[in-house]
Amino acid sequence: MSEAVKLTEDPYSIPLENINVSDPNLFMNDNHWGYFERLRKEDPVHYCEDSLFGPFWSVTKFNDIMEIEKDHDAFSSEGGITLGDQPEDFQTVNFIALDPPRHDVQRKAVTRVVAPLNLAKLEPIIRARAIKILDDVPVGEEFDWVSHVSIELTTQMLATLFDFPFEDRAKLTYWSDMATSGALNGGPTPEPVRRAALLECLEVFTHLWNERVHRDPTEANDLITMMAHNPNTQDMDPMEYLGNLILLIVGGNDTTRNSISGGVYFLNQFPDQFAKVTNDLSLIPKMVPEIIRYQTPLAYMRRRATRDYEIRGKTIKKGDKVAMWYVSGNRDEEVIETPNEFIIDRITPRHHLSFGFGIHRCMGNRLAEMQLRIVWEEILKRFKRIEVVQEPGRTQSSFVKGYTNLQVVVTAK
Amino acid sequence: MPQVKFIEFNGTEHNIDANNGDSMMVVATSNLVPGIDADCGGECSCATCHVLIGADWQAKLGAANDTEESMLDLNPDRSAESRLSCQIIVSDHLDGIVINLPEFQY
Repeated sequence: MSEAVKLTEDPYSIPLENINVSDPNLFMNDNHWGYFERLRKEDPVHYCEDSLFGPFWSVTKFNDIMEIEKDHDAFSSEGGITLGDQPEDFQTVNFIALDPPRHDVQRKAVTRVVAPLNLAKLEPIIRARAIKILDDVPVGEEFDWVSHVSIELTTQMLATLFDFPFEDRAKLTYWSDMATSGALNGGPTPEPVRRAALLECLEVFTHLWNERVHRDPTEANDLITMMAHNPNTQDMDPMEYLGNLILLIVGGNDTTRNSISGGVYFLNQFPDQFAKVTNDLSLIPKMVPEIIRYQTPLAYMRRRATRDYEIRGKTIKKGDKVAMWYVSGNRDEEVIETPNEFIIDRITPRHHLSFGFGIHRCMGNRLAEMQLRIVWEEILKRFKRIEVVQEPGRTQSSFVKGYTNLQVVVTAK
Repeated sequence: MPQVKFIEFNGTEHNIDANNGDSMMVVATSNLVPGIDADCGGECSCATCHVLIGADWQAKLGAANDTEESMLDLNPDRSAESRLSCQIIVSDHLDGIVINLPEFQY
């Protein structure tokens, strides 16, 4: 692997072919926007020959991403959904990284946990916890919104979905962070540390599995019991179990966490929108998908071409890796009007790429929306102001688009 | 203009004069029939325009194609009546069709 090309503040200062939007530093420093804007304009299907993850294609326009996402025969998810390849001797398999038919049966084994009727049961639990968390924040003093609110709320939710020991729930956050911050994906966590954390996760969850095998699946509604009793998942080998756990932990944790933080940040950047929602709380359900679009908590998903594929005059060769950059498609001015503006009352706010489309579309999308809706309903009941007092810290990752901290001061109503 | 009847889960009926060539999803959303989300805008890639259509009308629609089939199959509440309304195009031979809406979209 050669030295990555140094990317500067000015995205137009280097030759197109040297652009590497997978560089985690771009995201950590929040200066990826200009590079994507340039790619959308000048080279929307772009080949990067040399990166930390080897060569890969970037697809940056909304409709091109949709085209590739829908064609799951030509673009396989097998082998992983991030640009970094998994090490040969530590391969975790999960259903988002499988093609049909295995994908379909494994996904269906767990979908019911986020079925609408189950969400209706979860709503009062989530609300009670949101109330507790928000009632406990130090009003008038500076504090970190990420750890006090976003992480607490999403981790408590996740513990409920797994029926995980509540007092140990911080472990879920830790494993989630370890799973996504590995050096092989350009993050700060050394590979041995990542593996040790994930093996600990497997060990704890294996105990839970052995206990849940004896639960009555018609009464228990948690993800582990569902997997332990479904014929399509009950015989998973340990690395497949681990893979699916990580998928559900990360899917239910990082994404919502960062969208909760993102909403606070955006409403500071766009105070007119904060005024709008304060004056009309019925806009919250429309604001939520706009937060999710504007944040785009997962910047891309990867596919691998199963045959040569022509798009915009380029030929993606069989075997090539392709990153579908949701973070760019969500700012595509040809599909979304004034995409760089955060507007909480758009006409079709759910027309965004953050959940993906096609057979791998986020199965928890309605749960995520519900959590955000509840948290904003409760925030706006209590606080007349949430002031972001310094620029947030951002995650060192080109995959998880998130915040490490967000210092705020809240003012009570 | 062909007549389309949408019936909400709570029984509320909406009788609409539909334009030939529109999808049933567009007919519903442009006439403010609640219960269809259509997140993807008609690309057959989100399955949030799920509807239920009885066997007699299903026979006139023809089978779902592979894409519709793969999206429908992700829904654990799928029934023999399940279809995606963005894939059903209004035409004269569907005059009088009855389309039931599910309780929720996934």
